[in-house]
Amino acid sequence: MSILVVLEQQSGQWHRMSWETMAAGQQLGAALGEPVEAAVAGQGIGALATEAASKKLAKVWTLEHNLLDSYTADGYTAVLDQLIRKTQPKLVLFPHTYQVRDFAPKLATRFSQVLVSDVIAARVDSGTLTLVRQLFQGRLSGDMRVSGAGPVFASLQAGAWRADTLESGAAAVETFAPVLDAGQIRQKPEAPFRETARAVDLTAAEIIVSVGRGIREQSNLTVVEDLAQAFGAELGASRPICDAGWLPMERQVGSSGQTVAPKLYVAVGISGAIQHLVGMKGAKTIVAINKDSNAPIFEVADYGIVGDLFEVAPALAAEVRKTKGA
Amino acid sequence: MKIIVAIKQVPTRDSPLHPAASGKWIEEADLSFEINEPDAYALEEALQLKEKHGGEVVVLCAGPERAAQTIREALAKGADRAIHIEIDALVSLDTLGVAKLLAAAVTPEKPDLILTGLQSDDLGAGQTGVVMAELLGLPHSTIIMHVEAREAGIRVKRELENGWFQHIEMPLPAVLAMQSGSNKLRYATLMGIKKAKSKEIRRVTSEELGGASAPVASIEKVYLPQKSKQTQIFEGDAKAAVAQLVEKLKFEARVI
Repeated sequence: MSILVVLEQQSGQWHRMSWETMAAGQQLGAALGEPVEAAVAGQGIGALATEAASKKLAKVWTLEHNLLDSYTADGYTAVLDQLIRKTQPKLVLFPHTYQVRDFAPKLATRFSQVLVSDVIAARVDSGTLTLVRQLFQGRLSGDMRVSGAGPVFASLQAGAWRADTLESGAAAVETFAPVLDAGQIRQKPEAPFRETARAVDLTAAEIIVSVGRGIREQSNLTVVEDLAQAFGAELGASRPICDAGWLPMERQVGSSGQTVAPKLYVAVGISGAIQHLVGMKGAKTIVAINKDSNAPIFEVADYGIVGDLFEVAPALAAEVRKTKGA
Repeated sequence: MKIIVAIKQVPTRDSPLHPAASGKWIEEADLSFEINEPDAYALEEALQLKEKHGGEVVVLCAGPERAAQTIREALAKGADRAIHIEIDALVSLDTLGVAKLLAAAVTPEKPDLILTGLQSDDLGAGQTGVVMAELLGLPHSTIIMHVEAREAGIRVKRELENGWFQHIEMPLPAVLAMQSGSNKLRYATLMGIKKAKSKEIRRVTSEELGGASAPVASIEKVYLPQKSKQTQIFEGDAKAAVAQLVEKLKFEARVI
């Protein structure tokens, strides 16, 4: 029995959430009294495995195959299925990335299990594991229990565990040679691409005023544009605003857009779905303006005003101008 | 192309949410419900594919009696017929349990393509499509923006993280979990609403689909999130509140 941490890499580069997941593995390993192993799949991953082995782990598995060069759901599911059947872990942890969302539910199904996805915390009470996840886009939390014969599968939300708590060590690297043939892989992926070069680099902005669904209509955007101008800020947005075409995609903050860490982030009419929060919770100071006092954005905000943005935003713009003028 | 679209009915976005007395789910009595938003985009993509290539769009929905309203709205938008798996407490099943029922309902239909939204707005597990694909032995892909029919199979545009995309080809039949926002959603027309009244909704019970399986993953407790950060909230009228806020931004946070 052990805990298996599945790390993510692409073209020889770590996904940064791999380290957070490894930190969670170390903490849960200590709480459950289980050794922690890590696995990395791909091709040409020797250097990555060596780097992972410098952490406090019982073992690092490399799953290397030329058919794993590009990620496919079928390929990754097949090889991790084989490793899990061999090592029989009690708990399998993944970073909750787009890639993991694509294959981990399939992998769990192979073991008649259900992946507990997007986990934000875990507790061990007398050997029993409780996984906490968000419901209703973060408006509620839920404690989850997993039963059944197979291992427990869980994917962990970005930022829920801190990579800087990782303990160093010296683990053995072991090669696991998976059996895989091209006929098993039905998805044929092409090279990743970007739509357009970004003209707006939100990551360089010192202040960002961001707008969400609460703005209701495109014509209302002038309210936040004016507030951004008062602050001398760049304008950002949550995904629905860009999806609707009200602002260009390059202004989107969140997991599918840009990750920003300005000194001031003002969220206007943004409820704070996790996809947005992961893109901005590193801001030094966060201000939230929202009509719903239970909106998840207030959980990360330093300052908040519960109220109608159509009253608050213009008043704030006027007050900022007054202060700056003084 | 015969397309099945799996949809879910969820509480409307602004619903007041309170844990139920059982502590295991929310109080649903006074809520109103609507189609899960990502599923609405899956339906839109299906209707556009049908307009381009012909075929049939069948809506599949598991849920209590009230879900019939959401199904009827999907038919009014242009789906041809529907299958309603009647289950009172969907939340008593886990993702695997729901996917098993959906897969059992899909099998006799022999569709070319199965679409669903990438996640639900209530549970947000984001797995039903992928699990269904595994149970049906079909290839799948997730977070799909666009579907293009090819001579053999399909080519899809998949969203990656940080503004990257990728095209993937795969054979049919296949299962796709659709991302929100890639199309403009249509409204039902008056004619569509009228026509929907005579469209078929076949009701099936979970027993007819092999029965509900006991969950392996279950919700023990639902509660309001604990705040990790101390937020200073400014009350009063807008003018007074913003004056306090600006004071803090200037002298406490020192960011303006």
